[in-house]
Amino acid sequence: MNEINPSGWRPALGAGSVPREIETFTGNRALQLEEALLFEIGAADRSGVDFDDVPDFDLSALGPNARKAAPDLPGLSEPETVRHYTRLSRQNYAIDLGVFPLGSCTMKHNPRLDEKVARMPGFADVHPLQPVQTVQGALSAINELAVWLVKLTGMHGVAMTPKAGAHGELCGLLCIRAALEAKGDPREVILVPESAHGTNPATAAFAGYRVENIPATADGRVDVAALTARLGPDVAGVMITNPNTCGLFERDLKVIADAVHAVGGYVYCDGANFNAIVGRVRPGDLGVDAMHINLHKTFSTPHGGGGPGSGPVVLSEALAPFGPLPFTSRQADGSIKLIEEEDAHLEHPQAFGRLCAFHGQMGMYTRALAYILSHGADGLRQVSGDAVLNANYVLRSLDDVLDAPFGPAGHCMHEALFSDDGFADGFSTLDLAKGLIDEGYHPMTVYFPLVVHGAMLIEPTETESKAGLDQFIGAMRSLAERAVAGDEMLKSAPHLAPRRRLDETLAARKPKLVYKDA
Amino acid sequence: MRYLPLTDADRSAMLAVIGAGSIDELFADVPEQARLTAPIAGLPNHASEMTVERHMARLSANNVAAGSVPFFLGAGAYRHHIPATVDHMIQRGEFLTAYTPYQPEIAQGTLQVLFEFQTQVARLFGTDIANASLYDGSTACWEAIAMAGRITRRNKAVLSGGLHPHYVETSRTMAKFTGDVLDISNPELVADPDDDAVIAKIDGETSCVVVQYPDVLGRIPDLAAIAAAAQAKGALLIAVVTEPVALGLLESPGSLGADIVVGEGQAIGVGLQFGGPYLGLFGCREKFVRQIPGRLCGETIDADGKRGFVLTLSTREQHIRREKATSNICTNSGLCALAFSVHMTLLGGAGLANMAKLSHLRAKQTAERLGKVPGVAVVNRHYFNEFAVTLPKDARQVVRNLADAQVLGGVSLGRLYPQVDTLSGGLLIAATECTTEDDIAALATALEEVLA
Repeated sequence: MNEINPSGWRPALGAGSVPREIETFTGNRALQLEEALLFEIGAADRSGVDFDDVPDFDLSALGPNARKAAPDLPGLSEPETVRHYTRLSRQNYAIDLGVFPLGSCTMKHNPRLDEKVARMPGFADVHPLQPVQTVQGALSAINELAVWLVKLTGMHGVAMTPKAGAHGELCGLLCIRAALEAKGDPREVILVPESAHGTNPATAAFAGYRVENIPATADGRVDVAALTARLGPDVAGVMITNPNTCGLFERDLKVIADAVHAVGGYVYCDGANFNAIVGRVRPGDLGVDAMHINLHKTFSTPHGGGGPGSGPVVLSEALAPFGPLPFTSRQADGSIKLIEEEDAHLEHPQAFGRLCAFHGQMGMYTRALAYILSHGADGLRQVSGDAVLNANYVLRSLDDVLDAPFGPAGHCMHEALFSDDGFADGFSTLDLAKGLIDEGYHPMTVYFPLVVHGAMLIEPTETESKAGLDQFIGAMRSLAERAVAGDEMLKSAPHLAPRRRLDETLAARKPKLVYKDA
Repeated sequence: MRYLPLTDADRSAMLAVIGAGSIDELFADVPEQARLTAPIAGLPNHASEMTVERHMARLSANNVAAGSVPFFLGAGAYRHHIPATVDHMIQRGEFLTAYTPYQPEIAQGTLQVLFEFQTQVARLFGTDIANASLYDGSTACWEAIAMAGRITRRNKAVLSGGLHPHYVETSRTMAKFTGDVLDISNPELVADPDDDAVIAKIDGETSCVVVQYPDVLGRIPDLAAIAAAAQAKGALLIAVVTEPVALGLLESPGSLGADIVVGEGQAIGVGLQFGGPYLGLFGCREKFVRQIPGRLCGETIDADGKRGFVLTLSTREQHIRREKATSNICTNSGLCALAFSVHMTLLGGAGLANMAKLSHLRAKQTAERLGKVPGVAVVNRHYFNEFAVTLPKDARQVVRNLADAQVLGGVSLGRLYPQVDTLSGGLLIAATECTTEDDIAALATALEEVLA
């Protein structure tokens, strides 16, 4: 019952009801606003920045490469700039707008306190090469976060500088490589389960290893027998995701780790799914030698439309001596020492080198540290608990209308996996995903992991309320029923988004990557 | 806990649907000996927003912020003024809390920004195309070397002595594992860059020549001559730009013949941030498009024929190609690319030229003033906003002494090249439009006292 309008009155529409499908002069549809390209509205002599008048002066110090004309870059005034980007922003879906259930991406709420602290001048406005005595607070923040990461994972040390998860994988593999070479035992092969995220084999190949795939068992886990049978003196290590990409805990990781260690190899754990176990399981207790932590997932630094990320790598006692430069070390007097190239031969002689310029993703460290301090040890345990609870609630609320291949085997971890089994002929996972867009949601991860046909991987995260999930589940049930029934409208979804399905084939066949004046 | 919406009643109702007695029961697959039964000991419990903010503010206060003192550091990270609009735009939740635009129908905002960003970078660099960003300048530099190897099917790269040492070290780390051979040298404290030495090293096995422009000492290499020499031997020229504002006053590397141009975008819109996150810029010739690392955004149409944008050519990428991908990169630096793009839009070509001109003027004034300090000599013949000086003492100690006098007076070459004794007296000085005449006077006075 509508309390402000119990009579059910409707505003009059005047003579002749206006049809729903109307063309507008602008192409806009009320709050859905089209926006031209910067190059269509800007001009090279327009600017939104005022500078003090620059007197004419001798430019000969620039030498013979001095520019003859200003770069051909269009500018806008400040109001035009604000409007351009604000209008563009409204064509994006975001966590701030609703459930963002992308499996293996951990799209959780981004606390605004974290944004505030990252902008404090002692973090945001310090240069990476300032004298160490002038950046003790920044180094302390890095060191504090490092201590948290080591304790939360039960590991020995941490390499902070990797700039994202894949960069962290590379860091971990380079540590493994350096450790083996130090023993005079370089090896050639990295074993990767077939359910692994694509970065794992890409990273192993990039680090110069040959990649061999290990099959999965019927219950969605690594085939331990097949893996141990393949182990031998040529195997440098294994890369295992735990919880794995099917949203399941690899029960036998410790057994695997012991077997790998017995033949002189190392265990890399992809920590992309650490949100499922933070505060409840320490990878160090499972025999892991290296694991990257995506600060932009578990510790909620914003994804920013595709980065920046941050992927510190926690290391076992065996690998820690080989970690990259630079790193921080707290001294007896409480001050923080920065170990760089200058002191490396004294303090960290086996470092494999440097992964990037400067000290890594400081702006992500401060956000992650604020997030971790806000939650504390008890709150982080609640994070993984609620994340797993939410995923299982989605799993059990949908497994009567969608096929859940591993559902009968037991609880899932932080993400629920479904297949397209049972859809009407010609209806695919993609159709359901695009239908979700019309319902006002971002689709789940689709067609990954590859081991499940038409996979739909839903990771609700702990920051969704029960009411929010109930509405999402309602939308999913409705879409599942339409896909099973063969509702043709679903095949052309989305109908209500700023754009309909886009022609990706055209984009790839005739790549148009920059604007060219007509 | 303020970030967790579930109530105990919610949890009970949800457990009933699941058919579990407790949350702990959901973790039954974890072997019992690895299952923690209580919060990890030795770590504090949750804290209020006020408490956390106070703690972080205390840490922040224990640094000397660049804006609080006369400041002259560069060496790959520059302090330019960032208009307030930039930070407001990147804090729009629709940009800040969006994911990689894999669902283009509801990500046109991010995608159009990336398309505009790619165009801005290509025009700034003078290249045909550009990608949607990489982690930072140093990793972009390595990715360019690796790409040149794929294109030329050669594996010998000649790195100029003027390439930032962290970029050299990053490349060296990677090359150890890929079989690439890097020819590396240190810079010398002389007026001109090592163009002739670089050209002399190019032979029929060289995949690429890597030249920083302006170089790490602020000198400005003759890219056109190096490009011609490289191309005559079938090698590619990779130009590295760590201070993109320089291109407001200097000809673009692409227009001078560079095949690949990479750089650090931090100076425009991103800020110092103690070294990260930064923004890797990557542009090149169009014919190399299928060898580019990282994400690309391309124009297309939707089912109604409307213009739209998508991530494209993903068959190069790890999630499709797995171990055959051109790179293992997954995340890029999206929000930093947005910051760069907003700042560049505010500037426009004329604004960028103005900012560059002011920066150059301040650097010139600084060089002229420091040249009058007894014992100090300016090294460079040419420079944009950064130059090297030689001091009669170890510059590392001088920098620390200047900091004690509340002046952040540059980057010592001893810090960048600790093993090279001949560089220990070298100091890099950078200025931007933020530098004031008072700052220049303060630096000169402090330096006179420290050297006295």
